[in-house]
Amino acid sequence: MKYWRKPLDYEDIKIPRGKVSIIEDRCKGCSFCVEYCPRDVLEMSEHFNKKGYHTPYVRKPEDCVNCNFCEVICPEFAIYVEKMGE
Amino acid sequence: MEGTEHFIMGDVACAEAAIASGCRFFAGYPITPATEIAERMAKRLPQVGGVYIQMEDELASMAAVLGASWGGLKSMTATSGPGFSLMMENIGLGIVMEVPCVVVNVQRAGPSTGLPTLCAQGDMMQARWGSHGHYEIIALSASSPQELFDVTIKAFNLSEKYRLPVLIMTDEVVGHMTEKVIIPPSNRIEIYPRRITKLPPEEYLPYLPDEDMVAPMVGIGEGYHIHSTGLTHDKKGYPVISAPVQKDMIDRLVYKIRNNVDDIVEYREIETADAEIIIVAYGISVRPAQKALELAREKGIKCGMLRLTTIWPFAEKKIMELASQVKGFVVPEINYGQISLEVERCSAGHAKTILVSHAGGAIFNPNEILEAVEKL
Amino acid sequence: MKKQIVEELNGMPGTHPLSSLLREDRMPHIWCPGCDIGTVFSSCLTAIHESKIDYNNFAMVSGIGCTGRAAGYIKLDSFHTTHGRAIPFATGLKIAKPKMKIIVFSGDGDLFTIGGNHFIHAARRNIDLTVICVNNFTYGMTGGQVASTTPFNSKTSTTPQGNFEKPFNLPYMAAAAGAVYVSRWTTLDVRRLTSSIVEAFNKKGFSFIEVISSCPTSFGRKNKLGSPLDIIQHFHKISVIKNGIHPKDANLDIDKEIVVGKFVDMEAPTFFDLLEKIYPPETEKGA
Repeated sequence: MKYWRKPLDYEDIKIPRGKVSIIEDRCKGCSFCVEYCPRDVLEMSEHFNKKGYHTPYVRKPEDCVNCNFCEVICPEFAIYVEKMGE
Repeated sequence: MEGTEHFIMGDVACAEAAIASGCRFFAGYPITPATEIAERMAKRLPQVGGVYIQMEDELASMAAVLGASWGGLKSMTATSGPGFSLMMENIGLGIVMEVPCVVVNVQRAGPSTGLPTLCAQGDMMQARWGSHGHYEIIALSASSPQELFDVTIKAFNLSEKYRLPVLIMTDEVVGHMTEKVIIPPSNRIEIYPRRITKLPPEEYLPYLPDEDMVAPMVGIGEGYHIHSTGLTHDKKGYPVISAPVQKDMIDRLVYKIRNNVDDIVEYREIETADAEIIIVAYGISVRPAQKALELAREKGIKCGMLRLTTIWPFAEKKIMELASQVKGFVVPEINYGQISLEVERCSAGHAKTILVSHAGGAIFNPNEILEAVEKL
Repeated sequence: MKKQIVEELNGMPGTHPLSSLLREDRMPHIWCPGCDIGTVFSSCLTAIHESKIDYNNFAMVSGIGCTGRAAGYIKLDSFHTTHGRAIPFATGLKIAKPKMKIIVFSGDGDLFTIGGNHFIHAARRNIDLTVICVNNFTYGMTGGQVASTTPFNSKTSTTPQGNFEKPFNLPYMAAAAGAVYVSRWTTLDVRRLTSSIVEAFNKKGFSFIEVISSCPTSFGRKNKLGSPLDIIQHFHKISVIKNGIHPKDANLDIDKEIVVGKFVDMEAPTFFDLLEKIYPPETEKGA
């Protein structure tokens, strides 16, 4: 993360970690999750699901901070995030 | 029949019968000549812990009745021709969702606004086919305040037993007429309780029928998480857009009535044993027909009467049976031929059927019926 | 800290946190790719979860139309009624089950065009319902016809040269009719929408939430609004939060400005308060 200057409590802040799971066959390739992930963890893949939609894949799992915006924005209940400690 | 004697209007008797049957929700809309039912319910329901609500139109009334019935309250609405037409779509919803409730149609002269304060019997086929699609319905009819009382109780019982809206087809004269009505003590009134499943939520399927093709219901908010829809649905209540599932559903909706016709259909026979001519009458037309019957008997004509208290499903077996015994049927009805068509269909040429028609706005003069009897 | 197991999870269908509220045996649902009824529905399920109210206490009623199919996907007591009649059905259900939270989840065509009369009366009665209207400005299910909410001059399959009628202002209408809680959000305000729905659940009386959503397949395509993503980005870009303003000023112009926020949040005696006051429940007298 780029900061204007290092925040004073930089060391104390614990950054949460999340594990993204994708229920592939529910995805309809709308790419809302990819667009709105604040850490660009996701990316549309070339892979097709059962229905022939391109699904996202977890490009940088370690960057996920468990904000679960992808989960709440997804219209298909196809993606969710589980907390993985800090 | 022991009980307390009352001298009350037909509409009021209907309301009292509903309350006696355990009805605790009435959603209505004012319409002559059924308003008195709503007025009575508005007064009485709060006294028995029920709720009367006047909705914004008959569409809403019927929808609210379905909602309240699903919510566990025995529910009813009452209307006349114009409102009955507005209720048709949601009566259809009640059929497909299989919701027990009662809809009273105090008929007035139609079509359209017609003669709001005068009687007719022109909605009989609408009662049968008013909603869209092919379905079976139960429609009862009453020719006196006493009969309206009895028939209302039966309507609630049938609606719970066969899980569908049951219609009561009466008319303005019966509705507004004041006569003696004997109300039996509440412990003598047979009430058919709602058929609630005994299965736990995980095993329960909302539309898995018992052997009489009727599926047990559940309480709402008890963890069954049922889904009920107007779409064609399978046993789980899930919408399925396919012909086989449609066939399963329609078969059940139709045969749950047709297979139980003997339990549902009710009529009274008056002097039909030796009758050569039988008057088939229902609703207010029964009264002048009764007089015509007496006049005919005085003239030595072997005349009898079949009084229909169940209109739909039609008393086919009885008509077929009588058709071989009599020269003909005389069907007095305040329309230009509706139930008479059924009588004709069921007599299958074995006996003549003479319609005594009436445009509406008045009831028959007994002589009009007598003339038809004599012509046979 | 770096010890992290990166598992290839894409393939394995796990349990979605909302699975206890979702009829997973009916997934994937019917709504088109990029249509955000699913997001609104998911927000509603999240709100049910976050409200901490026992699930069995909820029931959902919906009418006909794309959004109307929502009742079929919620794993609670749910009813899919006739077009426009979800609210009166819910009124009857609420009267029979006063303690339950009844959610009416339907679309703009169902609730306001054909069902408008029932909406204003339910609001007038201030009966305790939470009405969530997914407003995508058209009749989506039937292929994108004009509705009472279709913006002026918009193309639909029944206004090929543009809609010559002016749409309703839904929050203004709801407030005028008597709703005690009125708010409007776009689908991208997912978290605000969820907390607004929770507020509506806890609100005594008639609460109404309008959610501006896209219909990429019919309305979006006919009016060249771009991809589903473009539409919700555009809606979000032009949306501005103005909590507490008078609903008549809640401007809705899908080209220039969408005013969102909570416009009405007041207390008023509900249908049941007044019913019990004037018709105090008496002991049951014999018939």
